[in-house]
Amino acid sequence: MYKILKKQTLSEQVKLMVIDAPLVARKAQPGQFIILRINEQGERIPLTIADYDANAGTVTIIFQEVGKTTIHLGTLSEGDSLLDFVGPLGKPSHFDSSVKKAAVIGGGLGTAIAFPQAKKLHSLGVDVTSITGFRNKDLILLEKEIGAVSDKLIVMTDDGSNGHKGFVTDALKSEIEAGEKFDLVIAIGPLIMMKFVSKLTKEYGIKTIISMNPIMIDGTGMCGGCRVTVGGKTLFACVDGPDFDGHEVDFDEAMRRQNMYKSQQEDSCNLFKEVE
Amino acid sequence: MAKRNMDPKKTAMPEQDAKQRACNFSEVALGYTEEMAKNEAERCLQCKNKPCVAGCPVNVQIPEFIALAAQGQYMEAYDKIRETNGLPAICGRVCPQETQCEQLCVRGIKGEPVGIGRLERFVADYAIAHEAPPTECKPATGKKAAIIGSGPAGLTCAADLAKMGVDVTIFEAFHMPGGVLVYGIPEFRLPKSLVQKEIDALKCMGVKIETNMVMGRVLTIDDLKEMGFETIFIGTGAGLPKFMNIPGENLNGVYSANEFLTRINLMKGYKFPEYDTPVVRHKKVAVIGGGNVAMDAARCAKRLGAEDVYVVYRRSEAEMPARNEEIHHAKEEGVIFQFLVNPTDILGTDDGYVRGMRLQKMELGEPDSSGRRRPVPIEGSEYEIELDAVVVAIGQSPNPLMREATPGLKTQSWGGIIADDDTCATSIEGVYAGGDAVSGAATVILAMGAGKDAAKAMYDYMYSK
Repeated sequence: MYKILKKQTLSEQVKLMVIDAPLVARKAQPGQFIILRINEQGERIPLTIADYDANAGTVTIIFQEVGKTTIHLGTLSEGDSLLDFVGPLGKPSHFDSSVKKAAVIGGGLGTAIAFPQAKKLHSLGVDVTSITGFRNKDLILLEKEIGAVSDKLIVMTDDGSNGHKGFVTDALKSEIEAGEKFDLVIAIGPLIMMKFVSKLTKEYGIKTIISMNPIMIDGTGMCGGCRVTVGGKTLFACVDGPDFDGHEVDFDEAMRRQNMYKSQQEDSCNLFKEVE
Repeated sequence: MAKRNMDPKKTAMPEQDAKQRACNFSEVALGYTEEMAKNEAERCLQCKNKPCVAGCPVNVQIPEFIALAAQGQYMEAYDKIRETNGLPAICGRVCPQETQCEQLCVRGIKGEPVGIGRLERFVADYAIAHEAPPTECKPATGKKAAIIGSGPAGLTCAADLAKMGVDVTIFEAFHMPGGVLVYGIPEFRLPKSLVQKEIDALKCMGVKIETNMVMGRVLTIDDLKEMGFETIFIGTGAGLPKFMNIPGENLNGVYSANEFLTRINLMKGYKFPEYDTPVVRHKKVAVIGGGNVAMDAARCAKRLGAEDVYVVYRRSEAEMPARNEEIHHAKEEGVIFQFLVNPTDILGTDDGYVRGMRLQKMELGEPDSSGRRRPVPIEGSEYEIELDAVVVAIGQSPNPLMREATPGLKTQSWGGIIADDDTCATSIEGVYAGGDAVSGAATVILAMGAGKDAAKAMYDYMYSK
């Protein structure tokens, strides 16, 4: 059993949990993920590691309550335990030492996953511009935390309620047009956002790394459910990724695959809400 | 002289009716009654040279246990099997007896061989039902061994080491031990409660099992050595599914057999939404492949309510590697077999779901390296079938995690760990490997044989240091 040591509400639907998982914490690195299962009837869901503390033996996850399992997870309290918590899974992000200036883009919940990337790059002495995007100002996540590890932080909202209206791609484009010379872009968020960031950076020839979070079961290469087409080849996000070259990923296929269990997920979710 | 039964046919084993069982996940074969078991045991000629034993990868003393069963001494028969086989209830159900012990049975020359598998199953079930005492272990030696993977190879290796007084810990990546016995082989062929009983028996012998441990990621071989494990067995199986690399393979509704079976078996997706893991109830399903895994997938698809389930195999029925019983059961349950055809394209709808498959007819040419006649495509013979799901069951490669995380662990170009045929020793001192991780996808019993060989070598290694 893996105890929930801390629970925090970050925005209406987004929660943070610190989990007691010493062995996972000891080996975790940015870019990796865990798989958890709440109880015996539960499904296994992958969540990217948002932070970790090897000394304290803890792993932080941040999740949005969008499906049955994440909604259920959100109802648990400090002191409760998860039945299963497996990791660290996936290849750690690889940071090229030649990178001098990077843009780290986080869309919605993806911001939580972009945060450790920004933190790591910052600690390596890289000049970090972070650009995060949300639907409105009430949904803004980790502004202070990311600000602390970035040389520049731009927070965008779709409705302009924080005074910066537009998408992350708009902000990235103006930075590039203003003469900022990024030699790396890391984009983490909804597939549609990563697709358009990659499209933009391809025009400018800037290397772009994205992080996939597809449907999977085991996370060890066994099920193949997480397959993603990269540069025309089928790869497994769990063992070959989750980080991939954004210019090579077939995002349209990935978006279609994401919908595979949509109707089942909705049924399961509604059933859970009725019972609650 | 014991009574002899000279009936040329095996004593039939009761089964669930085909129509009924095609709609449920309960066990298909119901097992012998005591009377049937005695009747079948009396068919054994008690040959002095025991040809059957030579066909058993773990050397079960077959005529001896059958003689005990014929006399109604089932507990003694169970102990006799357990001298060399730690998982008799499982082997009695899933071993390909027709290509092993039973193939060499003298009774098979003029009629059907003795139903060795059925008898093994009966004896094991009898003993479990009558709460056989756990296997006795030698006093603790203070030696520590780690086993990576809790499939048939790992469980067997653990059992044999524990018997010799070794302190054994098994590390399993999934949340439940058993490997392919729980994620792959369906409930209707191997009830999970039975696997659990065999695992509980191991725990009674002092074996510790740590689940949720993806070795190579959370702990490495070096970490294990630091933790005081003197010797390590890698039995991580053939976990990486193969795909055909044909167009349409990433459409929604195309699964690896691993994914399809794991959702159903391990995650109990057939009980969705009581269990959270979703499965889609497809209408027309094609399973590509001719092995046991393909049969399991096809029969699961049927049980999930599919109207038409096809098994698509590029050779003819004679070349199919699946157990005869599984093919027979699948046919009875209404699975449609299409032999000598090969898929060329999986066809999709505009929004990315499977709508069909294009197939090409094949004919058999010259024998290939496996000795089986190679299928050759017939030009212009393509045709299409309408489907909403495709399950790819054409084999698995060894899981890459351990080899990627273990510098110095020598592997074959196709990923299998290189290990000595007799001792299972790898290129790293003190580290042994066996089962599908070494051989590529094979059978439960071969993996168990390797686990046994490794246990002996690991024990000797710990005392030679």
